[in-house]
Amino acid sequence: MTGAASRRLPAQAGELVDRSRPLAFRWDGRSYVGLEGDTIVSALLACGVDVFSRSFKYSRSRGVLSASFVDPGCTVQVDDEPNVRGAHRRLAAGMDVRPQNVWPSLRFDVKTANGLVGRFLTAGFYYKTFIKPQRLWPAYQQVLSRFASGGVTSRQNAHGYYDKRYVHVDVVVAGAGPAGLAAAVAAADTGAGVLLVEEEYELGGHLRFSGEESLSTLSELRAQVAARPSIEVMTDAVVTGRYDDNWVAVLQRNVGGAIERLVKVRAGVLVAAPGLIERPYVFAGNDLPGVMLSTAVRRLVNLYAVKPGERAVVLTANADGDAAVADLTRVGVNVVRVLDGRAGETIRRATGRGRLQAVELEDGTVLPTDLLVTATGWTAPTSLINMAGDRPVWNPTAARFVPSGDGLPPTVLATGGLVGDGSTDELIAHGRAAGTLAGDRAQGRAGGGVPDLACEPHPGMFRASTHGFVDFSEDVSSKDVVAAAKEGYDSSELVKRFTTATMGPSQGKLETINTIAVLSEATGRAIEDLGTTVWRPPYAPISLGALAGRIFEPTRVSPMQGWHEGHGGVPLLAGQWIRPDHYGDAAQEARNVRENVGIIDVTPLGKLELSGPDVPRLLNLVYVNKWSKLAVGSVRYGVMCAEDGVVMDDGVTGRLDEDRYLMSTTSSGAATVWEWLENWLQTAHSDWRVHVTPVTTAYASINVAGPKSRELMQRVVEGVELSTEAFGYMQVRQGRIAGVDDCVMWRIGFTGELSYEMHVPASYGLHVWEALLQAGEDLGIRAFGVEAQRILRLEKGHLIVAQDTDGLTRAHSAGLGGMVKLDKDDFAGKPELAWHERYGLATAPRLVALQPVDATAVPPEASQIISSNGDILGRVTSSRMSPTLGHGVCLAQVDPAVAAAGTVVTIRLPGGGDIRATVQEDLAFVDPEGVRLRA
Amino acid sequence: MIRIPCPHCSARNSAEFRHVGEAAARPDPSTVTPEQWRVYLYERSNPAGWITETWFHTMGCRRFITVERHTVTNEIRSVRPAGSSGPEPAEALSGRADAGSPDAGGQA
Repeated sequence: MTGAASRRLPAQAGELVDRSRPLAFRWDGRSYVGLEGDTIVSALLACGVDVFSRSFKYSRSRGVLSASFVDPGCTVQVDDEPNVRGAHRRLAAGMDVRPQNVWPSLRFDVKTANGLVGRFLTAGFYYKTFIKPQRLWPAYQQVLSRFASGGVTSRQNAHGYYDKRYVHVDVVVAGAGPAGLAAAVAAADTGAGVLLVEEEYELGGHLRFSGEESLSTLSELRAQVAARPSIEVMTDAVVTGRYDDNWVAVLQRNVGGAIERLVKVRAGVLVAAPGLIERPYVFAGNDLPGVMLSTAVRRLVNLYAVKPGERAVVLTANADGDAAVADLTRVGVNVVRVLDGRAGETIRRATGRGRLQAVELEDGTVLPTDLLVTATGWTAPTSLINMAGDRPVWNPTAARFVPSGDGLPPTVLATGGLVGDGSTDELIAHGRAAGTLAGDRAQGRAGGGVPDLACEPHPGMFRASTHGFVDFSEDVSSKDVVAAAKEGYDSSELVKRFTTATMGPSQGKLETINTIAVLSEATGRAIEDLGTTVWRPPYAPISLGALAGRIFEPTRVSPMQGWHEGHGGVPLLAGQWIRPDHYGDAAQEARNVRENVGIIDVTPLGKLELSGPDVPRLLNLVYVNKWSKLAVGSVRYGVMCAEDGVVMDDGVTGRLDEDRYLMSTTSSGAATVWEWLENWLQTAHSDWRVHVTPVTTAYASINVAGPKSRELMQRVVEGVELSTEAFGYMQVRQGRIAGVDDCVMWRIGFTGELSYEMHVPASYGLHVWEALLQAGEDLGIRAFGVEAQRILRLEKGHLIVAQDTDGLTRAHSAGLGGMVKLDKDDFAGKPELAWHERYGLATAPRLVALQPVDATAVPPEASQIISSNGDILGRVTSSRMSPTLGHGVCLAQVDPAVAAAGTVVTIRLPGGGDIRATVQEDLAFVDPEGVRLRA
Repeated sequence: MIRIPCPHCSARNSAEFRHVGEAAARPDPSTVTPEQWRVYLYERSNPAGWITETWFHTMGCRRFITVERHTVTNEIRSVRPAGSSGPEPAEALSGRADAGSPDAGGQA
């Protein structure tokens, strides 16, 4: 231990620290020792450290204010975790704790200069100053980010283990003070299942630090909870939000090996029992280390056995402040003066260099002191009931906002300090009644009433005669609020946004009422007329990790994935699918398809089995072309458009038997098309007899392509005549492949070559794949990946939906206008396409093939086609170097003015520079007549 | 997150569904005017009040359902299979008002 003498007190009743378990840790580069049960801050205070951070804007030293989770001055970095709430987080052995926002150090801080120029940093300073010139924004950002707190995250860290859990429970009780504990017990006694959520590490709320009698009441309540197995207790957990239908979010920290766990609870009834939060007092110097709230003193003394100071001045306006005086006196702190707010007494200012040294009273008396305690009122954290629809109202007697009682659904109840004041017994009685009602309602019973819990009178103390901080996290002073009011920001919501008061890490829990009170003072309008700001979720900070949870991103692979991995397949992530992009040399793979034969794993291709007598009607409805006369044994290429005529998907559908069809979709469109078909069948034509069954992964799909395909197929296929006459282009057959029955094979030509696409029962996929490779060895067979297929299809001028089309491309702009059969009675998008054909073609973009004039040039996809004066005339949608032809090949969407064959267009490259390219006669560069694929 | 009382699966989290949007009757394509078709495609009433809309139970029964929902309170007063007529009162389908087990169950 280094530094000042120990401030650890002798054993206190109810203390949380275990004196037999010292824990060594580091703070700001030095070694310290705390005790198990300490928070980081209590351990440091016990060691005589009382400055934990520098303030956000003026870089003022900050120490303990509330000694609770929301304490604005106690945010620290622990190891690689930034923004740790040091007054809440339990100390652990070996922690490396560092201050934040103290560049270059906690003791010497260059930004302290800001304190001197503070008048330039008043509210709105950033809004007004860093506006012009715009070109300096990046520079401003660099400078300002240096000044912003927030700790340091490591870019090396992997996503840690975060968890999610779903809970369905009758009653959730948020807060485990006396009322919350009683509510949980009473709800359980009605037969309800209960989830009790407490932000602190132990149950009890203020009973934990309120003397021997409270401790004995607490141990009774704890025993009652423990005796009821239907109560699940979560500590170090907080209800962060209440949403529709009582969907309640609970953040659990450090649980079961997870850093954080987000618990999604569907609750029958939510009982909000968050208690009260003590409100700071506004005066000059109210942020000096050594100025504390009465609850902070009582926590430090009673829970952590830490002496918060030696000479104290106490300003008290309530019983809790009086109790703090008693605590201080008991542990030997010299209480030099107690000022009673109820009698109108107050202080003027606190002074000190870097920490509290003296308190100046209204009469000018200066009292040297190292501890100033204030107990000037409470804030009811109405957050949860806000979210449930209640708009809190100002209670001038109690000088705090309280629930209005209106607007809450019957499934949300409030109890405890949130509602009103009372003795421990009264709070318990109220909690019990609320818990009973909650349990009854959750189980469908009417339930009884809940007694009133009156608010005790409390003086309305907000600000002394001097100005001080209203928001410690954001460094907003009461002067800023007055200035904002003068500038016309005279409503609570406007002041909040202009000054950023209540927008810092404490989120208004400490600041809201003082902000509104000062605004009331400045505007002369009553607090009840100004109203409070609305508390929105989350009530407590949630890390992005907790929201993300464990990464449950499913990946899909074909049965042949193992083979791909074993043969150099470079993985390509395509939606949820992982598939081989290439096996080392895509161009070579493509050439081999043109010259010999290749096979590609096309399992991700969407596949739907359609059965029933009305399938042709369905096909006629969803495809733009005609399907009535598709014979058994034939396949047809079809294009689907949405109702606005935009191309949605394409693929081939084959008629396997009289009433059985196999539809293929694009890999990415499988789910959409399935839903699309169901939509038509369920909502518009529920009388049609069609069954749609998704069979994408029931089959492994392999495309065999190349001039030697037939020869290969003859070696593996049994029972199907493969000659061109018997099994021609766009035909489908079912049969046995490599000994596997029930295979579907169809002749199509995406690559432009003679090609068979086979769909084999998935569990035999690898077997058939390997059988093909073995059988084709002497034919020069090679597996090819997605990249080679893209090259081949581009050489052939076959478009890919969503690559060569976009969200505005109607069928005609995809070169598919000829397929649109407007003489059909109806199909999806028909009216739109009919008008488009009549009125729209002259101006609609067209899909064309482009060949760069320079044979070595390949403009990147998305390069723009521009006119001589720089107007955009279109864009390159696909481009590759053609291994077959030795020059670049492109598809492009272009303005009709430059769509005529032979037009030379200018393509502007993304990196700068222009190239020229010629519009082609045909979309296909290779075999435009289709001789090869019909072979 | 609201719960939708699916007529096939009972009350389920809305995250299981896809919100298709306000139910819009498809005009007869043989007689429709461009204006009517645009209304069908793009114009929605977006009321602060009762709306009849379609939901698709993507992660459940995969049925389209027609829901009458109040956009301000999220109260649901009727659900029925899309394409059918005659609203069924939501209460009859959602079971008791509390959460209990409907999310976990689904064998309504």
